[in-house]
Amino acid sequence: MTDQSKIRNFCIIAHIDHGKSTLADRIIEKTGLLTEREMQAQVLDNMELERERGITIKSQAVRIVYKAEDGEEYIFNLIDTPGHVDFNYEVSRSLAACDGAVLVVDAAQGIEAQTLANVYLALDHDLDVLPVINKIDLPSAEPERVINEIEDVIGIEAQDAPRISAKTGLNVEEVLEQIVQKIPAPQGDPQAPLKALIFDSIYDSYKGVIVFCRVKEGTVRKGTPIRMMATGAEAEVVEVGYFGAGQFIPCEELSAGMVGYLTASIKNVRDTRVGDTVTTQKNPCKEALPGYKKVNPMVYCGMYPADGAKYGDLRDALEKLQLNDASLQYEPETSVALGFGFRCGFLGLLHLEIIQERLEREYNLDLVTTAPGVIYKVYKTNGEMIELTNPSNLPDPSEIEYMEEPMVEAEIMVTTEFIGSIMDLCQERRGQYQGMEYMEETRALLKYKLPLNEIIYDFFDALKSRSRGYASLDYDLCGYERSELVKLDILVNKEEVDALSFIVHTDTAYERGRKMCEKLKEEIPRQLFEIPIQAAIGSKIIARETVKAMRKDVLAKCYGGDISRKKKLLEKQKEGKKRMRQVGNVEIPQKAFMSVLKLDDK
Amino acid sequence: MKRGLEVYIHIPFCVKKCDYCDFLSGPGTLETQKAYFSALRKELQAASDRDCQVDTVFIGGGTPSCAQPEEIAGILEEVRKNFLLSEQAEISMEANPGTLTGEKLAIYRQAGINRLSIGCQSLSDRELKELGRIHTAKEFEESFYLAREAGFTNINVDLMSGIPGQTLQSWEENLLRLMGYRPEHISAYSLIVEEGTPFACRNLDLPDEETERMMYERTGEILGQQGYQQYEISNYAKKGFACRHNIGYWERKEYLGFGLGAASLWNKTRFANTGKMEIYLENSGNLNKIRENKEVLDQKSEMEEFLFLGLRMTKGISEADFEKYFHLSLTQVYKDAIQKHEALGLLKREQGRLFLTRKGISLSNQVFVDFLLDEEWEREQ
Repeated sequence: MTDQSKIRNFCIIAHIDHGKSTLADRIIEKTGLLTEREMQAQVLDNMELERERGITIKSQAVRIVYKAEDGEEYIFNLIDTPGHVDFNYEVSRSLAACDGAVLVVDAAQGIEAQTLANVYLALDHDLDVLPVINKIDLPSAEPERVINEIEDVIGIEAQDAPRISAKTGLNVEEVLEQIVQKIPAPQGDPQAPLKALIFDSIYDSYKGVIVFCRVKEGTVRKGTPIRMMATGAEAEVVEVGYFGAGQFIPCEELSAGMVGYLTASIKNVRDTRVGDTVTTQKNPCKEALPGYKKVNPMVYCGMYPADGAKYGDLRDALEKLQLNDASLQYEPETSVALGFGFRCGFLGLLHLEIIQERLEREYNLDLVTTAPGVIYKVYKTNGEMIELTNPSNLPDPSEIEYMEEPMVEAEIMVTTEFIGSIMDLCQERRGQYQGMEYMEETRALLKYKLPLNEIIYDFFDALKSRSRGYASLDYDLCGYERSELVKLDILVNKEEVDALSFIVHTDTAYERGRKMCEKLKEEIPRQLFEIPIQAAIGSKIIARETVKAMRKDVLAKCYGGDISRKKKLLEKQKEGKKRMRQVGNVEIPQKAFMSVLKLDDK
Repeated sequence: MKRGLEVYIHIPFCVKKCDYCDFLSGPGTLETQKAYFSALRKELQAASDRDCQVDTVFIGGGTPSCAQPEEIAGILEEVRKNFLLSEQAEISMEANPGTLTGEKLAIYRQAGINRLSIGCQSLSDRELKELGRIHTAKEFEESFYLAREAGFTNINVDLMSGIPGQTLQSWEENLLRLMGYRPEHISAYSLIVEEGTPFACRNLDLPDEETERMMYERTGEILGQQGYQQYEISNYAKKGFACRHNIGYWERKEYLGFGLGAASLWNKTRFANTGKMEIYLENSGNLNKIRENKEVLDQKSEMEEFLFLGLRMTKGISEADFEKYFHLSLTQVYKDAIQKHEALGLLKREQGRLFLTRKGISLSNQVFVDFLLDEEWEREQ
């Protein structure tokens, strides 16, 4: 049995691009878990997409053995957390599985919005935070300034913080030593009733669901009948083990303080929700671990196969993805313009983009996605309240008493020179100013309350472009507020295109409508007749553009009897038409449905 | 009865490649030319079939008139030896201003060529320069009269619209000036900027769509008033001078193309010769080695071709001909497409024929696309 005092469970937290994954790789490499040849850059981000985007989507964990300077061998369980605000809940559960956190801060950039958000999250979970200054090899590195910043802003001692370069491996040993010295060993009674926290789970087609857990109390081994306390799912443990590098290594048992996995022939990740507590059926613990909540999607959009015949393939693909992703929701819906598809719910826009990309890449599907929207609460005159995820289902205005939209508390970290333009941006997006704190002379933390629907489209892009890439953002949902909202419809050749309808605030409706029409005019190719494109609220037209009729499309000369070539040109033209959606007698290219997602031109 | 055949002969040589041209052509050394004509003769011998009666021959390029005239004569002799060249055959050759002389023309006449197609493109020196042509309007005039003097009574002139910088007015001027020469046939087509040509890389000041459409309208009007009848999308002729060879393409007559990259339709199969000079020179005597991209036409393809080729002609297609050939009625196969484009005013159906309207000609590709059948068509039958 492993001595609890020789275990260190920790995670690494950082703002995006501050070097979290690189440090994780270096730690794995230094402890000799993988030879250099086996190392593929960023071991823990093993999804192709994760590596490409440089972000962590799924939580990962790895167990490594470190021989410290005191001559003892320590077991490190490094839990890698997702690095995006969409996955805040998953992050909080991963943190709850740890006893300490290594905080990586870029020596040049200093504290950013996510640094703060993550530190606060870690402190909320009573984790000991171990600061590390990374990228000291950069010419612009100012480790002393950043250390002072950490002490002033976060209020944790940072003078001893290792100054490292994860890229070159410089001083990484110091981080390992400090993990041993400064991060507390886990506690918990191996003889107590089982109490294990689920921090992630994945689906494996052979083993069923593989539950990632941190045992807080008690012991679990093969054959233990277990129960998930929140979902009530029961099963018998088939295998327990820990995380090798990219592989699962079975072991005898997992006892209090250990991090590992268990399998129990569970068929669906919906039964093993992140944050739930695993206990035994016979001698259950008295109460579940705190902090469990069922995560609900915040952003919805319609997803349709570009080729209507692929509807079944899309359904199968979503089903498979859901096996691994309990927060993905979908239900069938029908659009006049796009045919059969699904209304899908996501944690945020990044989550949406990831699912979309995975469907396209891993399942080879060509998709048409409609504009993402949030969940509105519609209070009807008859006292009924509906949660609206698809704008097309908005009741007639005469039946609506009022509507509410979800709000977020946003924290934006920005250098002082850009405060003005970022405040303008928040104003434009209907933000309510909540306050501002100066971090140091040149940087401030702006606090705004913003409608979620204003930030899901392109807020982040706008933020970046208006601050030359320096502003960083973090936000948290903070309830619903009453708002003046209307449904904006788009009419193409006088016919309403349901897939283009969306909910918008009265004040911005005109502007949005105008931009939509302009954009669609660019995207819809000229056809054999003139096509009016209109934006309307109810029966009132608020904007209009016209796609002129095509006047000429002729292949003048057919030289030397080369008919095959001519036919190929026609076939190509026909292929192009096939990729369009017929709405009434107008052909709308599929990308037109998606181009309206990015309307902000600033 | 003899099997009717059209013959196309490709001469891939020119003095200098024009800036808009994406054809298999380029300047060739005398040596290459010599080797090429010898290879052509070998190919003709290999395809020899005295049961075929050749009704039209078209020598195209490139610029056939920049080759040695004796070589051209030699090729025609080879055609006569290996096929049955009919007495009334239409024998056309393309020529460019600046490459013609009295001597050359006399040899062409002697060899039996009875129709000359002069690539004039424009009668404005500014526009000619823009296109990268080697000749001036004056040189066109000289060539044209030389041809008349040599006894050519059937001359086509190519004229190009949509040239960078061209206005509606300068196009009309071009047409009116050309009328002064009274050619028997005019091919008026618009410039298409092809990928891979110098034009594709340039920032061209092309006339807008509306201007081009007006140019097209005015072409029909001006030439119509002058007694030229439009018989195809871009071809106009005095009565009795429509090009039989080209009509053969639209009516899907069988033809064999000889020379580099030349296309053929034979036994319901389309194929084309290799475009690689070395391969052609090496193997022209062995037809299987040079013929590429064989496509056997199934009924679906044949129907599609019947429509998109036949409809290029102003007289359109005959419903009876369609039914006779395919044993299916035109309506049965193309009801939706015909209805759609009739309603849009692009197609007209009259006295058993289906043809494009004026408006339909300008938008002909849009119409043709709808006559391509879906993959599943055959299974549905």
